[in-house]
Amino acid sequence: MAELGKSAVPKPRVDEESKGFWEACGRGELYVQECGDCGALRHYPRALCPECLSADVRWRRCSGRGRVYTFTVVHQNQAPGFRDKLPYVLAYVELEGEGLRLLTNIVRCKPTEVRIGMDVEVVFDEIGSGIALAMFAPVD
Amino acid sequence: MSGLADAAIVGAYEHPTRWAPNETQFQLHAESARGALDDAGLSIRDVDGLLSSGLSPIGIMALAEHLNLQPRFHDSTNIGGSTFVAQVLHAAAAIAAGLCNVALITYGSKASSDRFAVGTGGLSGGDPPDQFEAPFGPTVMNSYALVAQRHMHEFGTTPEQLAEVAVTMRRHAGLNPHARYREPITIDDVLASRLVSSPLHLLDCCVITDGGGAVVVARRDRARDGRKPTVRILGGAESLRHTAMGRRDLTEVAAAQSGPLAMQMAGIKHADVDMCMIYDSFTITVVATLESLGFCGRGEGGPFVSGGRIGLGGELPINTDGGGLSSNHPGMRGIFLVIEAVRQLRGECGKRQVEDCDVALCHGTGGMLGLRHSGATLILGKGD
Repeated sequence: MAELGKSAVPKPRVDEESKGFWEACGRGELYVQECGDCGALRHYPRALCPECLSADVRWRRCSGRGRVYTFTVVHQNQAPGFRDKLPYVLAYVELEGEGLRLLTNIVRCKPTEVRIGMDVEVVFDEIGSGIALAMFAPVD
Repeated sequence: MSGLADAAIVGAYEHPTRWAPNETQFQLHAESARGALDDAGLSIRDVDGLLSSGLSPIGIMALAEHLNLQPRFHDSTNIGGSTFVAQVLHAAAAIAAGLCNVALITYGSKASSDRFAVGTGGLSGGDPPDQFEAPFGPTVMNSYALVAQRHMHEFGTTPEQLAEVAVTMRRHAGLNPHARYREPITIDDVLASRLVSSPLHLLDCCVITDGGGAVVVARRDRARDGRKPTVRILGGAESLRHTAMGRRDLTEVAAAQSGPLAMQMAGIKHADVDMCMIYDSFTITVVATLESLGFCGRGEGGPFVSGGRIGLGGELPINTDGGGLSSNHPGMRGIFLVIEAVRQLRGECGKRQVEDCDVALCHGTGGMLGLRHSGATLILGKGD
């Protein structure tokens, strides 16, 4: 079974707009952003709301539960960090409540067991330097 | 009639190579330029606009130097494989605005002999969204697979229907002496080929080749000096699709924006289109694009591509050269969509000629379909 993130996957290039998100992941918490002016939710995080260009950012903590929106079982990827972990599951998970979709991996199950609509919850995979990736695992 | 009517395509040339280990990338550009200018009956000294892509970030200057051109209009847009379709529009708009008279669009790539993993190498660019994607292992190819899986789930599209696209392209390639793969394949062959990223098999994926091509767009009064019939630019439009703050419907692709705008500009209906050149990076790309262009309803792309409809002799022949799935794909295939459409509109296609071909629609897709991608639609008409 593929376990991702343990070695040489590309580390996120954390920047001024995203560090709040990554710091939360490091604590084992998942956040999306909400505009303080127009209320629009967004992922990924950024300084200005694309709907109204307001800089009033609020962070909204997610339950971490969601459903698989789509996925693929990847059998070929020559890139370091992935070629030794094939097959792995790349997926979009739609977050319960927020309805936003995140690109992620589905872990802790066989790739052949993954289905669209499957209930999943967030698990954090620490990859060093205080960085943790929000991955998802099937709900028991 | 659109403002683009001041310009026409007067020359087109596809480099015959699929494997060029002993040539340089710029040599492929230059040889393609020579072919397209010969085709147009023009000289390199007539060129005052230069458009290209797939170069280093400011490589358009190096390409101009290599060709010893001093263009007064240039464009090195990079929106992936659709770029050259968009650049026909850019060239026509520049001509209509008086910025240049003869625009040369060139492409050259050694993706195959340089062993460049176009579709299955990792992606780790430095743009802000990349940090939320690269750690999870996206590739060009698996971004299309994400769309295919969702399409099958929502609409019941089957692997057999996707495979029919690959089978049809191979049948067309059999009529193209330059195509990379020409032996017929069956739906079972596609389904029996290995899964690269589910639900897409190896034969659902385009080939990787070397290659080159060039197109000359000129003012119509210059075009009349040409030896061959001109091709009219009836309409066109572009679009970009991305994750849209986390809410994008993956099965609707960029063509949903550019297609209707292009058709409106051209003043045509779907029934007026005699053949299409649809970027076929993967089988799903064709199915999703046809739906978003409106040739069939949402979710009806699977049945639409079945039963021979998109083959030569069918209702809407697509990719008569064999497409990226079987003829050639050096990484950015858009220029070949334009070149084959031009050949069809001039009636030069021999055994693979579409009868009474008056209107051709090209749609290029670039980038990663399930993450960020571009679309460019171009509608061409038989000229005089």
